[in-house]
Amino acid sequence: MPKTKQLEDFVTQVRRDILRQVHKVNSGHPGGSLGCAEFFVALYQEILERKDGFDMDGIDEDLFFLSNGHISPVYYSVLARSGYFPVEELNTFRLINSRLQGHPTTHEGLPGIRIASGSLGQGMSVALGAAQAKKLNKDPHLVYSLHGDGELQEGQNWEAIMYASAKKVDNIIATIDLNGKQIDGATDDVLAMGSLKAKFEAFGWDVMEIEEGNNITAVIEGLKEAKSRTGKGKPVCILMHTVMGNGIDFMMHTHAWHGKAPNDEQLAIGLEQNPETLGDY
Amino acid sequence: MKKYIDTGKKDTRSGFGAGLEELGKTNENVVALCADLIGSLKMDAFIANHPERFFQIGIAEANMMGIAAGLTIGGKIPFTGTFANFSTGRVYDQIRQSIAYSDKNVKICASHAGLTLGEDGATHQILEDIGLMKMLPGMTVINTCDYNQTKAATIAIAEHEGPVYLRFGRPKVANFTAEDQKFEIGKAVLLQEGTDITIVATGHLVWEALQAAKALQEQGISAEVINIHTIKPLDDEAIIASVKKTRCIVTAEEHNFLGGLGESVSRVLAQHYPVPQEFIATKDTFGESGTPDQLMEKYGLNAESITKAAQNVIKRKQ
Repeated sequence: MPKTKQLEDFVTQVRRDILRQVHKVNSGHPGGSLGCAEFFVALYQEILERKDGFDMDGIDEDLFFLSNGHISPVYYSVLARSGYFPVEELNTFRLINSRLQGHPTTHEGLPGIRIASGSLGQGMSVALGAAQAKKLNKDPHLVYSLHGDGELQEGQNWEAIMYASAKKVDNIIATIDLNGKQIDGATDDVLAMGSLKAKFEAFGWDVMEIEEGNNITAVIEGLKEAKSRTGKGKPVCILMHTVMGNGIDFMMHTHAWHGKAPNDEQLAIGLEQNPETLGDY
Repeated sequence: MKKYIDTGKKDTRSGFGAGLEELGKTNENVVALCADLIGSLKMDAFIANHPERFFQIGIAEANMMGIAAGLTIGGKIPFTGTFANFSTGRVYDQIRQSIAYSDKNVKICASHAGLTLGEDGATHQILEDIGLMKMLPGMTVINTCDYNQTKAATIAIAEHEGPVYLRFGRPKVANFTAEDQKFEIGKAVLLQEGTDITIVATGHLVWEALQAAKALQEQGISAEVINIHTIKPLDDEAIIASVKKTRCIVTAEEHNFLGGLGESVSRVLAQHYPVPQEFIATKDTFGESGTPDQLMEKYGLNAESITKAAQNVIKRKQ
């Protein structure tokens, strides 16, 4: 099977996992999760240089930090299917005594998670600290991070964005999930941020765009391009255009499914649109 | 009665700077971060010796806390430095999620705590920080009393795995604890034995408690004085053992009586051995501008207030 088809099948299965996780507990955030399925699959299957197993320090491997922790369903699905913990554990999402908390945490010892996130705007600072630890350790590996676009309304991001270029933290690739939506509606209506490209560039970052953030090939190529731009004195930002709710027709192009689970009927439709590929948990 | 000698007034923040300088030489994983207050935090020596292990963050404390959390991933032991207000209240959610809940080995080192910051006034004089930090699960909270103890504590917390809040101050105060002391986190220090009343003090109030004990002795009252440098985890046993003997207690701290050491002591007493207690602390108020001595007198945080509180609480004994 061609590699691209394999990865697309992986994405399809991740979409099923997302829907089934949030449906089971009637809570969670499917919209943003679905929009970032290709990104996570590309990152964990093609881009990250990872060691076997998991340790917190992550020395001699690439690191990833999720800042917009509410898209935990896609994170958990891809971590499990990349070997960090048993896929069956996705059954415990948001249940009592689970390691798969509503928002990702280190607190329950879930392999693959290095920082708690959920309260927005904190992930970039953490990623920068980890990137600077890599430099101190003379570890040439990279630090990747993902942020929601609405999340950039939190001021701490701009402290971090300013710091990263001033201190030439050039071993970091921060991706912004540009889906243009947040809980209360379109980002442009809630609090318009203008040109994020111009803003990041004004703050001294090397900015590139992935126009098709839901095309696995485009995402892989974009991440590879970003990687080639590291080590040149500037932090690298990817503005990744995605569709919230991608892959489930009635969830696409709306903020309605930001934090709402499908009912039984909606689940059935969603699963029909995304046939089982790698095997359900 | 044991005598404690002031070997010459020094600021506790310089004890922090000296401890950090020492750690620079002995522990290569120790790194330092500062939000534009290097001189105030006395971090100059560490920076001069190890420029590559120092991170100037600028006036961006939220970012500093996140970067510190990230630096632990990779095995570093970050010491953050700024004023107590900007170390806690300003960045509470960053500490809560990225450090405490994420169980990161960050040492939050906070100078200029309390009223003794002085003339800058209430915007900078945080009196709520102990409460904020002790409520965070897993956070160790330490408030040292003099230069020597702050130096010893700074060195000791590097060996402790987990987040720590280390609180110290701005003014030069009596330096009276041993230069070669062993600092044990969570262990109360019995400074002076007594039988009539227990005085439990933390931070700058420890020296005042010793002065109060002297005054009380002149009135024929025997005071036991305990230095609680670690507010969390609190040395419950030391407090219980003492009040079983004295049957009354005064707590003394440069902090609001809501959320401070006094309330922690009340919890221990209520659970194990209820006795009358008086609180030397600010009483749900903000501070104001003034000299440290003027402020401590106005807000009742000195030896004289402790002496009066002791006399009162003894009358309430059953």
